[in-house]
Amino acid sequence: MRMAKYIVKRVVLMIFTLFIISTMCFLLIRMLPRVLPQEKVQAEAIAARWEALGYNEPLLVQLWIYIKGIFTKGDFGTSWYIAFRQPALKVLTDRLLPTVLVNLYSLIFATPIGILLGIYAAIRKNKWQDSLISTMVMVFVSVPPYVYAFLVQYFLYFKLGWLPLQVYSLADAGNSWLSPKMFYSMIAPVLALSFGEIAGLCRFTRAELTETLTSDYMLLARTKGLTRSQATVRHALKNAMVPILPSIIGSFIGILGGSFVIEQIFSIPGVGTLYLRAINLFDYDVFMVDCIFYTLVSLLAGIIIDISYGFIDPRIRMGE
Amino acid sequence: MRENVVYGDLSQIPKEKFVFVHDGERISDKKFDDKPVGYFKDAWIRFRKSRASVVAAVIIILIILYAFAAPLLIHHSASFMDPSYAKKAPRILACLNAGFFDGATKRDFSERGLVKALSVGIGAEDYDGRGVALEEGMESYYQPMKSIGQSRTVINAAKKETSIYPGRIDTYLEVGFVYKNIPQSEYKKICEWEEENGLHVFYPLVQDNEWNMDYSDANNWYKSKKGDPVTVSEDGKAKTIPYGPGMILEDNYKRDADGNLVYWEYSGGGSFETAQYRVRMLYYNYYRYQNGMEPEYIFGTDSQGYDLAVRLGDGVKLSLLVAVCVSVINFVLGAMYGAIEGFYGGVVDITLERVSDILAGVPFIVVATLFQIHLAAKVGPIPSLLFAFVLTGWIGTASRVRTQFYRFKNQEYVMAARTLGARDRRLIWKHIFPNSLGTIITSCALTIPGVIGQESMLSFLGIVKLGTAKVTSLGTLLSDANGIWTNYPHLMIVPAVFLSLLMICFNLFGNGLRDAFNPALRGVEE
Repeated sequence: MRMAKYIVKRVVLMIFTLFIISTMCFLLIRMLPRVLPQEKVQAEAIAARWEALGYNEPLLVQLWIYIKGIFTKGDFGTSWYIAFRQPALKVLTDRLLPTVLVNLYSLIFATPIGILLGIYAAIRKNKWQDSLISTMVMVFVSVPPYVYAFLVQYFLYFKLGWLPLQVYSLADAGNSWLSPKMFYSMIAPVLALSFGEIAGLCRFTRAELTETLTSDYMLLARTKGLTRSQATVRHALKNAMVPILPSIIGSFIGILGGSFVIEQIFSIPGVGTLYLRAINLFDYDVFMVDCIFYTLVSLLAGIIIDISYGFIDPRIRMGE
Repeated sequence: MRENVVYGDLSQIPKEKFVFVHDGERISDKKFDDKPVGYFKDAWIRFRKSRASVVAAVIIILIILYAFAAPLLIHHSASFMDPSYAKKAPRILACLNAGFFDGATKRDFSERGLVKALSVGIGAEDYDGRGVALEEGMESYYQPMKSIGQSRTVINAAKKETSIYPGRIDTYLEVGFVYKNIPQSEYKKICEWEEENGLHVFYPLVQDNEWNMDYSDANNWYKSKKGDPVTVSEDGKAKTIPYGPGMILEDNYKRDADGNLVYWEYSGGGSFETAQYRVRMLYYNYYRYQNGMEPEYIFGTDSQGYDLAVRLGDGVKLSLLVAVCVSVINFVLGAMYGAIEGFYGGVVDITLERVSDILAGVPFIVVATLFQIHLAAKVGPIPSLLFAFVLTGWIGTASRVRTQFYRFKNQEYVMAARTLGARDRRLIWKHIFPNSLGTIITSCALTIPGVIGQESMLSFLGIVKLGTAKVTSLGTLLSDANGIWTNYPHLMIVPAVFLSLLMICFNLFGNGLRDAFNPALRGVEE
């Protein structure tokens, strides 16, 4: 019951926050001067549509129209340049799959490796294996993602020629995001994304596990007669997972957001590239939807992490 | 044998058994021999012990020194730009024969391409049209080909067998000859300079005939057909000569009626002062004439022809400037906000927490973009970038300070100070705040790599546009390399190494600081 109350409270707060941020974004975006295309006929047609859609009304009226549109018709505005006269929301959802796929693959690849390395480093604490892993982790956490992208491209494409330079277009890979050929071309961005994730997760796991390994209940478990490995698996690992699992769940939500840089370098037609194109082409309605989307994703990730803490370890008090 | 007396009752001990311990001595507290170890000194001692952090700090200092000293040490000013030498590989004069940092790249050459590359060196010796053999051309100082490997035979797209020669070529000498229009006065000056130094800048002009495939390319000085070198026999028939030790390229120089070589021609301007000459010159020596030395770029040049070493210094300076500004502003804002939240608690705390919750929900990239679009035209890209960082950056600091305040505000010494009449402001800043100083300094140090990373990402994506002649950032340099770096790896490697080094060192440094200030937190990662 307390749990339900807590969840409701968080969700209501999230919607409130989302509303405020979206409104601020909306006002800031609508304040920008809108750009009409060079061609005259098209420009007139678009201008007439803008007039009809109320783009020339006062800002607050525009806001009211926008909110009304969202709740009555699910209408988040229209794309004028990227995909002419298509609903902005559809433009966004069309590009969701590639982003999600690349990030999902990298998460599936990185999570086990990261956790296993972390566990290994924690068990071998203060031995050379640990310092090797910790040093590598330090380096890999610090280096920005596009450097990995360059490295992956340089070695796997340029030197060895194993992987393509960029992700194939949909037409090249059999009109499906899930085809094996597409998967093959996605290996490079997946690798580039994974380095940082592996390192981050490894560091986190190591820190948590070293803490549980030195705690009193471990001593008790050993005195009861459990072997070191038994005690580690049954007691230390379980407790160490309490903060690790929520963060993995959080990153499952976070994969919706994707990575701008990786998408840009490997020319993945995802949400991040859409965002950049929307700015460059002044397609403000699409930009607005993208902003709402990113805000929602970051808020959701936060909530889900907090809630999953409560499910995984009921001792953690809610609502504090 | 000691006298062994047992006293049943202590009061019965005879008086004479008692002796004064300190007879005539002053009894007072001894002064400490050592100096007291203060908070910061304590932290410093601990910091010194972590070797990695010290090394990181040293590297950071070296990079900062480099950023400020680069314009002084390198003879190119920040605005120096030479489009002819764009995207060139790193070249240090002392390393010209070392096999690295010699401005050379490895490349595969077709036979035609190889002859074209070799022809620069041969042509440089053939300033008087006497006909230079391959061997002499290879010896030339201006020979771009550093080495030619064994040829291998491949089958090309037209299913014909062709030979491919792997080789290393000096990308600076490869530029070879260029056509240029210069005023007459400069022509005279260069002629004097030539005499003084015994170097050749001007070379004979080339005829515009059927043996000159591309009139605008000054490197087509030898008779060629479709790029293949040819000899022309008496009856006007051409014979292709293959690449080989006996190769002599027949020149196609312009000669006047008397058979003298033509070095210049009028290209415009009427009077004596304004007359323009069209000349063909060896760019390498023209560069020497202009700059007083041979081209030397320790990190090569960027895609526009700026010295990458200078650009890099500018980029590091800008990135650090932004990072330090953000971290200082966040320090001040976060400390005040967190102090007020934590000290007053209750309604104030809840309200302020809501505000910071909402701000924390805004994705950084959205803020940065909106600020750029709205403000960049008015206040410039860098201040608007700063605003974007500051808008949400202080929240972390504030929450750390708040936690510290909650921990310390109800302790006895605070109550004692309050009882003695200390005001709120004094309690906050004098009594409680210093407790959170360690955490704040740590988070400040750890803000810096984050900001550097974010800033370079934004400029890499083109959301922040900093690529002007005066201002650049590491991210801009990297985005400059994006797409072309497979052919010019130094464009990407150099900024990437600097950026990664900065990030790694600042992270190590920050971790060292954290361990030093809060030994209890050692090993805990955030």
